[in-house]
Amino acid sequence: MTDDIGVTPAGLRKWSPSALRAGRAIGVLSSIALTLMGLLLLTFLLARFLPADPVYAIIGDNADRDTYERVYRELGLDQPVYQQFFTYALKVVTGDLGMSHITGMPVVRDLLEVVPATLELAIVAIILGSAAGIPLGVLAGTNQNKPIDHVVRIIGLIGYSTPAFWAGMGILIIFYAQLGWIGGAGRQDPYFFGEVPTVTRLVTVDALLAGRVDIFLDALRYLVAPALILAYNALAYISRMTRSFMLEQMNQEYVVTAKAKGLSRGKVIWAHAFVNIRVQLVTIVALTFGAMLEGAVLVETVFAWPGLGQYLTRGLMFRDMNVVLGSVLVIGIFFIILNMLADFAYRQLDPRTR
Amino acid sequence: MHALTRQGLRAYLDPQNVHSSRQAAAQGLVRGGIQILRNPSGLIGAAIIVLLVLAAILAPLLATHNPYAQNLQQVLLPPGADHWFGTDNLGRDIYSRIVYGARATLTIVCIVSVIVGPIGIIIGATAGYFGGLVDTVLMRITDVFLSLPSLVLALAFAAALGPGLDNAIIAISFATWPPIARLARAEAMTIRKSDYVAAARMMQASDLRIILRQIIPMCTLSVVVRLTLNMAGVILVAAGLGFLGVGAQPPLPEWGAMIAVGRQYMLDSWWTVTFPGLAIVAVSLAFNLFGDALRDTLDPRSAR
Amino acid sequence: MTLLDIENLRVRYPDTHGYYEAVRGISFRLGSERLGLVGESGSGKSSVGRAIMRLLPDGVKIEADRLDLEGEDILAAPEKRMLFLRGKTMSMILQDPRFSLNPLVPVGRQIMEVYLEHVKRDVTQARARALEMLAQVRINDPERTFDLYPHEISGGMGQRVMIAMMLIAGPRLVIADEPTSALDVTVRRSVLEILDKLVTETGAGLLLISHDLAVVSQFCDRVLILYKGRIVEEIDARDLARARHPYTQALLASIPDMRHPRSHLPMLDRDAIACLDSTP
Repeated sequence: MTDDIGVTPAGLRKWSPSALRAGRAIGVLSSIALTLMGLLLLTFLLARFLPADPVYAIIGDNADRDTYERVYRELGLDQPVYQQFFTYALKVVTGDLGMSHITGMPVVRDLLEVVPATLELAIVAIILGSAAGIPLGVLAGTNQNKPIDHVVRIIGLIGYSTPAFWAGMGILIIFYAQLGWIGGAGRQDPYFFGEVPTVTRLVTVDALLAGRVDIFLDALRYLVAPALILAYNALAYISRMTRSFMLEQMNQEYVVTAKAKGLSRGKVIWAHAFVNIRVQLVTIVALTFGAMLEGAVLVETVFAWPGLGQYLTRGLMFRDMNVVLGSVLVIGIFFIILNMLADFAYRQLDPRTR
Repeated sequence: MHALTRQGLRAYLDPQNVHSSRQAAAQGLVRGGIQILRNPSGLIGAAIIVLLVLAAILAPLLATHNPYAQNLQQVLLPPGADHWFGTDNLGRDIYSRIVYGARATLTIVCIVSVIVGPIGIIIGATAGYFGGLVDTVLMRITDVFLSLPSLVLALAFAAALGPGLDNAIIAISFATWPPIARLARAEAMTIRKSDYVAAARMMQASDLRIILRQIIPMCTLSVVVRLTLNMAGVILVAAGLGFLGVGAQPPLPEWGAMIAVGRQYMLDSWWTVTFPGLAIVAVSLAFNLFGDALRDTLDPRSAR
Repeated sequence: MTLLDIENLRVRYPDTHGYYEAVRGISFRLGSERLGLVGESGSGKSSVGRAIMRLLPDGVKIEADRLDLEGEDILAAPEKRMLFLRGKTMSMILQDPRFSLNPLVPVGRQIMEVYLEHVKRDVTQARARALEMLAQVRINDPERTFDLYPHEISGGMGQRVMIAMMLIAGPRLVIADEPTSALDVTVRRSVLEILDKLVTETGAGLLLISHDLAVVSQFCDRVLILYKGRIVEEIDARDLARARHPYTQALLASIPDMRHPRSHLPMLDRDAIACLDSTP
């Protein structure tokens, strides 16, 4: 993102390092602000200019003309477009995403409920996906065209090609309906509802904080299937990228040096080649974490996981645009933050960018 | 025009004997094609894609039943001699519906590619060629779209446009053009520095002409590879939209929608969701395999 | 004493038609001396160095009637033994420090690593030895340089770090593969002098691989001329001027000379050499 600042090399030289860093930070922040602004504009346009009439969405198709006019004015649709956008942006920035007519609650309040549920799922999934995907990718990348390479490739291809919602159903049929090993719908057995105080809104963590191992284990039974499916998706992408990064590094001259030093294969791979792909991996893992929100939309629907994805699809089904746009906005912001973090990690981990 | 007899065709494809650039291009295409099919994953991918196209064209001949014909005496029958893949909740033959479902899938894939390819190339090539403010504005717009996962973006558009196959296609197109534009931009940025573009500029060629005649043809190859690999993703997004009920609407046979309906009965009737799902997996796997082989052939450096 | 004894070494790379033979049966011995291996690009000289270290990629075939390091058959040695030999008994200096040093590991740690691997697992001692080595390769401020990353030091310094790294375990054989070709002309000489001094002091053998006949004749006792995978001439560095093989003569003739400037430098007449090559 350095190209966004527009500082010429000649200009660079005059700046002190700290001023440069500050300048870079301002550049990054302003580009993020711009992207956020664009995201707002996109959701605004979606809400206002596409065929679905926001008035009918609220009052239903059979309302009379007076009601229509009143709601039309209430929504501010009689004002000029730029003013509407300004009002909308101001509302969003102050944390007002409107009311949801399916839950009867402010969208922001709903989001505070559902986002932690998705995060719980996504965090477990990204940890599992990286823990398996990175070593598999390293293994494949350091054994090019050997059997293990093909095995990893096929594992990845299956992950790429399988719809997550379908895989979820398969797991429910086998492990829930037939074997009874895992929980079915939801985050925990309804029997345990309200048993432990809500602290972090992550059921597993709250259970542990309250010292209730039984509730923790129960929550795990519900968590394992959706998390594993998301983890598998992540694994497919992470292992593939890790493999190609490793292949690139293993052909570098410093790897020959490491071998000439008499280092074992393990040390050559992990202490030398792998060190050089860490930075790229951080970016990939961050991107995968963001993409997981996509998988979550479908997986949560299948497992009735009360998270952001399910909230979004319910908004979709009942044509609740406030819910849809609020969720989309949250996902977009999440994505942008992840990109920013990846960029930050990149600067921290690679001495050449300091 | 050649009389393309067997002998004539062989002579036409003889690399020792090239008379026109068109002939050379044809030879390159044939050689590349052979190379892709020699690659096992390319062969499997191509075979499944051919099967998909055949199923879509010959659906009336391949189907054993009318895909829309309901038979409430025969609901949720398990797979058997009469209904190979069983029947759904309305007694419709699942095998026949899958065969006809190839049409929806193929339509989505083709139309999305036809929309997204040119839009991506034009936006990317323009941004990459001009650079500066044009580039900044276009790429900022692209970034906004890229800040959402493609399924979420497609969902948002589908929600606003309303359900239906055509709206799903538009929604998916909105969601999938940005990576293509990014790719085309990166290519255009290297191409614009090349000597032959400088030469064209010296000959007073207009910007439009340079973009159309020099930049875009050079971007096309990598965009085609990317589009092929994207198709797998497009199929999954389309299936996801169908599953969530914002894609193709019943009674149209579409695999994702079939799974959505079958979901209510899946615990007792596994076949209602299994077979449509397998169809999705097979086709998206095919595009992944074929796309990989295509990339390996066209760009051996990235074959790693 | 003979350090390295090579007889009929052949290296073959797989290609589309089966194999390409890069080294076609070369033989030489190396004691505590400085031996130059000279050839143009593609002559197989780097393959020789990497074959001795057994560092060629998988699939490359190394064959020899004899490939002995201090009397030990390297080709028959298990990989585990090779890990011991590499870095400890023999080591290799690569061409370009910009690529041959790990960009994300501070240079001091890269030097210490060899000590820890081959001498003693003691970080304090390793650090002290690494600093000593840095001083020996005439780096002014070893303490400061120790923590720098490769991109923070110059090419000449990088190559001196490389020398420190490859000599810290006291190898008997040092293979230097084009050690100065990537460096700035002004520092080439000093880097070679440092390498020469350290190698001579420890009594190790040096195999200096280069395309530069002038450099080799200055820093070596003996010179092997390699052409198309074969040794065409073996000669004392002092006697180079009296070389008999037309390839060597042609190479010598194409070195520019400041004292006798010429308007044209002669080119190699490869056809003439090829004729000679086919009639041994």
